[in-house]
Amino acid sequence: MNAVELTGVGKTFDTGARGPVHALSGIELRVEPGEFVSLIGPSGCGKSTLLRVVADLEQPSCGSVVVGGKSARQARLDQDYGIAFQQAGLLEWRTVVANVELPLHVHGVAKAERRARAAELLALVGLAEFAALRPSQLSGGMQQRVAIARSLATRPKLLLMDEPFGALDEMTRERMQAELLRIADETGAAVLFVTHSIPEAVVLSDRVVVMSPRPGRITDVIDGRRPRSGSGPAGRGVDGALPDSALPDSALPDSALPDSVLADEDVDGVRESAEFFAAVTEVREALRKGSA
Amino acid sequence: MRTTGRGTRAARSRWRPAMTAVAAFVLLVVVWELVKLVVPDDGVSIAGTRVLPRTSDAAMPHVWTVLGRLSDPEVAGAAQQRSIGAAVLSGALFTLRLSLGGLLLGGVLGVLLAVVMQRSGLLERALLPYVVASQTVPLIAIAPLVAGWGGKIAVFGQPWQPWASVMVIAAYLAFFPIAVGMLRGLTSPRTADVELFGALACGWWTTLVRLRLPASVPYLIPSARLAAAAAVIGAIVAEISTGTRGGIGRLIIEYAQAATGDPARVYTAILGAAVLGLVAAWAVGLLDLALRRYQGVAR
Repeated sequence: MNAVELTGVGKTFDTGARGPVHALSGIELRVEPGEFVSLIGPSGCGKSTLLRVVADLEQPSCGSVVVGGKSARQARLDQDYGIAFQQAGLLEWRTVVANVELPLHVHGVAKAERRARAAELLALVGLAEFAALRPSQLSGGMQQRVAIARSLATRPKLLLMDEPFGALDEMTRERMQAELLRIADETGAAVLFVTHSIPEAVVLSDRVVVMSPRPGRITDVIDGRRPRSGSGPAGRGVDGALPDSALPDSALPDSALPDSVLADEDVDGVRESAEFFAAVTEVREALRKGSA
Repeated sequence: MRTTGRGTRAARSRWRPAMTAVAAFVLLVVVWELVKLVVPDDGVSIAGTRVLPRTSDAAMPHVWTVLGRLSDPEVAGAAQQRSIGAAVLSGALFTLRLSLGGLLLGGVLGVLLAVVMQRSGLLERALLPYVVASQTVPLIAIAPLVAGWGGKIAVFGQPWQPWASVMVIAAYLAFFPIAVGMLRGLTSPRTADVELFGALACGWWTTLVRLRLPASVPYLIPSARLAAAAAVIGAIVAEISTGTRGGIGRLIIEYAQAATGDPARVYTAILGAAVLGLVAAWAVGLLDLALRRYQGVAR
């Protein structure tokens, strides 16, 4: 069963006097379980709209949207996906840990249970010691990590992310990419990721879906260079500790064997490889061709 | 450490307003007495027009005369002796209770109206003009109307009391700032936040309780301050125009009638009304304190 299955999806916005705008047209897309798929394209190509259609925040004008074997609406009601936007969107009156708990809180999960889950998730994103702070006391990158932790609260099999690192500086961004890859690896969740950064799409994705505007459609699908755990250079210590990691050791769940953990070096290795640059070039040419 | 820093700052900020308030009162007394000292008894007139008021003891009694009057008996030679201070205090307490009752009633009504208006754009367009219009109707016109309910309706089997009219009129003034402020607050969350709650499959009620209400607290507090002041004024004016006994409004009228003979007396009632307003504002301060954690960074 695919994580996402879009067949002939189209979306037309009726803007009244200026006539209808075809935001999406004839979208065919399958995301397999555990797969990381990026949507890339110029502004106005409908990539965010596509994500919102999958999230059931927008209704398609035509075609069928199946999320984990259910209708998009049912998937939303069943909390089968987690979502993160460009703005972290944390609630200032809640502590960091209470923000992570929010998806569980609004669905009546008992306090002890949701607190335990939130603590686990904060450890996963390396923010365990910041649990009691207010969101405004964290940096932008940390806030985004909290938002990602929140999106994972209900253990979704699908993550929908709309330019979650778009507002971050380049260094933070690279660190967050490595972290997201590790999280995707550990949770086995499929990810549908909207971005307009070519290197970001290539380093994160199994497949990069290239879109073009007016009407928004898929023009090309290119293999990304997503690093998998164990594929990188074996440069780790015997104890499994990650040297030079952005994360404190406490971020590693006990269950994760050192061998199965994706290290930052694996990701950095990809970023410096010839295959990476080749794929970046390929995506760039596809984008140019699409907008021509 | 952040927390200790905030602790001392909080302690300092708790005492500073109190000190400022005392200093402001002392300053007021000094200015009052200074004007009495400098300006001639008959005021200052330029070309027949008086530009500074009379400062005779009849127009501007000394501060100590006013304060001293508080301990004088209200009715000289009466069998049951009650000092003016006690009368003012009991009047102020009576009016304070009605003001706070009106504030509470108006607050609940205002919040409910705001929630209804946020829920439905149609209802907002239908209701908001009347909400605004309600405040342009003179209080003097409404007061006798509400007072006229006495004897005509009963609430939970209890006959309508005069004090209930006063409370309703205070609520009538208090609900407006709350309704307007809350409506603004309930619509303050960003689209992204509202969408997040949609993505979390939250219904209208959950979104209201977990997002819209907490987000509206920074808008509620200033509205509540306005409403508290409006409720006090409403209660005093209502007491006067409905002729309700027992409150500070009635006292002001009674003492004003005796002003020619005893000018200091009316000032004691005014003093009582001022203190009453301060206490009402302080009550909103308590609300502010209780909801502090929702008053994060305004976005």
